[in-house]
Amino acid sequence: MNEGVAGLLWLVPALPLFGALLLGLAGRRLNDLWCAVIACGSVGLSAALVCLFGSAYFVDSVPQLQTLWVWFDADGVTPRIALRLDGLSLIMAVVITGVGFLIHLYSSGYMAGEEGYARYFAWLNLFVGAMLVLVLADDLLLLFLGWEGVGLCSYLLIGFWYRDAANGAAARKAMIMTMAGDLPLVIGLLLLFSHFGVTAIPALMEQATATWTDSTTLPITLALLLLAGAVGKSAQLPLQTWLPDAMAGPTPVSALIHAATMVTAGVYLIARLHPLFVLAPGVLSLIAWLGAAGLLLAAVSALVQTDIKRVLAYSTISQLGFMFMALGVGAWTAAMFHLFVHAFFKALLFLAAGVASLSLGHERDLRRMGGLRTRQAWAFWGFLAGSASLAALPYVSAGFFSKDLILAEVWQRGRGALWFAGWLGALLTAAYITRAFVIGFLGKACTRITRETDGRMHLPLAVLIVPTLAAGVFELPIGAGGARLFSDLVAPVLPAAADAGHGGWGAMLAVLAPLLGIGMTWYLLRVRPAWSAAWRTSATAGRLSAWWFHGWGFDALYERVLRRPYARLAARLSGDPLDRPFTGLGHGSYRLWHLLSSSQNGQLRRYAAAVAAGTAVLLAMVLP
Amino acid sequence: MTATPVLLTLAAALLVVGIAGVLARRNLMFMLISVEVLFNAAALAFIAAGAHWAQPDGQIMFLLIISVSGAEAAVALALMLRIERHFGTLDIDAARTLRD
Repeated sequence: MNEGVAGLLWLVPALPLFGALLLGLAGRRLNDLWCAVIACGSVGLSAALVCLFGSAYFVDSVPQLQTLWVWFDADGVTPRIALRLDGLSLIMAVVITGVGFLIHLYSSGYMAGEEGYARYFAWLNLFVGAMLVLVLADDLLLLFLGWEGVGLCSYLLIGFWYRDAANGAAARKAMIMTMAGDLPLVIGLLLLFSHFGVTAIPALMEQATATWTDSTTLPITLALLLLAGAVGKSAQLPLQTWLPDAMAGPTPVSALIHAATMVTAGVYLIARLHPLFVLAPGVLSLIAWLGAAGLLLAAVSALVQTDIKRVLAYSTISQLGFMFMALGVGAWTAAMFHLFVHAFFKALLFLAAGVASLSLGHERDLRRMGGLRTRQAWAFWGFLAGSASLAALPYVSAGFFSKDLILAEVWQRGRGALWFAGWLGALLTAAYITRAFVIGFLGKACTRITRETDGRMHLPLAVLIVPTLAAGVFELPIGAGGARLFSDLVAPVLPAAADAGHGGWGAMLAVLAPLLGIGMTWYLLRVRPAWSAAWRTSATAGRLSAWWFHGWGFDALYERVLRRPYARLAARLSGDPLDRPFTGLGHGSYRLWHLLSSSQNGQLRRYAAAVAAGTAVLLAMVLP
Repeated sequence: MTATPVLLTLAAALLVVGIAGVLARRNLMFMLISVEVLFNAAALAFIAAGAHWAQPDGQIMFLLIISVSGAEAAVALALMLRIERHFGTLDIDAARTLRD
C-alpha cells in the first residue's frame, strides 16, 4: 500500500468526529437534508476508507500503525494518540462503518420530521467516531477514551426523547450500570500502567506474558478488573439489566449501539487483551460460565416478552453470552466471527422491527402487530432473514456457521456442560425468535398502517439481508472445503482456531437444535394453539412467566439489596449526623444564653433582692 | 454589757426594715430612705460592737459610714432627679430600659 494513502488512517475516526462537530455547532442553521447529507456522508466516506484499507490488508496482511502525537507526558508515561489497523480492528471497523452507514441512512428516513434531527445525527456521528477510536486505538488509554465516549453517546441517545421522564431514567440506568463496571476497569488500567510504565497495547501484552506466570495473583486480579468493565459494557451477568431498558431510545440507536457495535466492545476488549486473560485460566472459566448463564437466562426471558424491542434486547444479551462463552474457552476467532455475523443480523432485525412498528404508529407490542407479509413486505422479509440467521437455520444463514463454530470449539475442548448450555441456548434462541416472528408478523392484521416508509429505510434492509444470509462463506466449517478467510484475516492477532470440527454426534445435534426449537414453537403456536393457551392460563405458568418477563427479578433484587438501602442511607446522611455534636454545642450555648439573659430584666428591686439573697447565702456559708 | 444584744437586735430590726423597704417600695424616694435606714443599721451594729469590746474602731467605722451615706445620698438624689425628668415618674418599675 502506498505511503500517501496509509497516512490517511486518522481520517477514519476523524471524519465522523468532524461531522459531529459540524452538526453540533451549526446544526440549528442547517435544514434536515443537509444534516442527513453531512451525517451519512462523513460515515460513508469513512466506510469507503475502511474498504480501501481493508482491501490493502487483505493483499499484504501488513498492519498499519499511525502515531499522530504524544497525548501527554507524565513522568515517563507517554500515552500516544496512535491508531493501529490490524485484522481484529479491521473487522470491527468494517462493522462499525458499514452497519453504521446503513443505519445513518435508515435514520434519515426514520427520524424524518422529529424535533432535534441535527442533535440526533450529531450524537450518532459522535458515537461512530468514538467507537472507531475505541477499536483503532493502539494505546490502552486512547481505547479507554473511546470506551467512555461510546458510553456517553449511548446515554445521550437512549434519553434522546428526553421529555418523557422514563427515557431519562433508562438513560441514567444504562450510564450507572456500565459505570459500575468501568470503575474496576479504570483501576485495572491504572494498575497495569503503574506496573509496566507503558500504555501501548502490544508492549503491555508482551511484557505481561514475559514477566508474569500463570495463575499468579496479579494477572488474576487484573483479568477480573478488566472483565468487570467488559461485563458492564456488554450487558452480561450481573450487570445486564440496563440493556432491556435502553430500548427507550430510537430504534436505529438500539440497532447500532445496543446490538451491533457498542455492546460488543466488551468482547473486543477481551479479545484484544487475550494474552493477559490466558494468564488467568480461572477467570477465563468464569467468563465462559457467565456467558453461558447469561445466554440461557436472557433466552428464557426473551421467550415471554411482548415488546418486540425487548425480545431483541434480551436476544442481544443472550448472543453476547454466546460470544463470552467462546472467549472463555479461548475460541477468540469464533467469538469475533459471531460478533461479526451478529452485528449484521441483529441490526437487520432491529431495523425491520423499526420499520414495522413505525408504520403501525410506533406499535411495539407483538400481540397488536401481525399480518405484515403483504402490508409491510420489507419489514417482513427483513425480519424473516434476520430471524433465520439468529435462529441459526442450518446452511442457509450466516448465523448457523458462526454459532456452529463456537459449539464446535467448545466441543473440541471437551467442555461438555458448557457445550450443552450452548446447545440449549441455541434451541431456546430458535424458539423465542420463531415465537416473535409468528406472533408479530404472521397471523391476522390488528393495527392499521398509518405511515408509509420510504426507500431510505428499505435500502439498508435490502443490503443487510445479504451478509445476514451469506456472511458464512468467510468461515466455512472444516470439511466443507471452503476457505477460512476470517481466521486468516485475524490470525496475526488472535491465535488460530483449532483445526477440527465437531465430532459426528455433536455436529448432528448442533444442526438439530435450531430445527427442534423452530419446530416445537411452530407446533405449539400454529398447530396446537389450544395447548399453549391452556398452559398460559395456569397459575404456575403465570407466576413463572411474570418472573421471566421481568428478567428473572434482577431489577427487583438490585432495588431491594442496593438501591433502597442506599437511598435510606443517603436520606439519613442528608441530615449530617456527624455534625450533630458540634451543632449541638452551638444550640446548647444559645439556649443557656437565652436562660441567663431573661434574668437581666431591668427590675432594680429584683437585682436588690438577688444581692440580698446572695449576701445571706455567703454569710451563712462563712459564719460557723 | 447587757446592752449589746439589745443593740444588735435593734440593728437587725433596722436591717430587716431597710431591706423590706428596698424590696417592697416602688417609689424611688422611699427606696432611698430605706437604704439610709440600712446604713444606720450597719452603723449601729458597729457602734454596738465597738462598745462591746471597748475599741475605738467601731466609732471610726461609724464616721466612715455616715460620710459614705452622705456621698451616696448626693449621687442618688441627682440620679433621682434625672429619672424623674426622664420618665416623668419616680416608679422604679417604669425605669427598666436598661436590660437585655
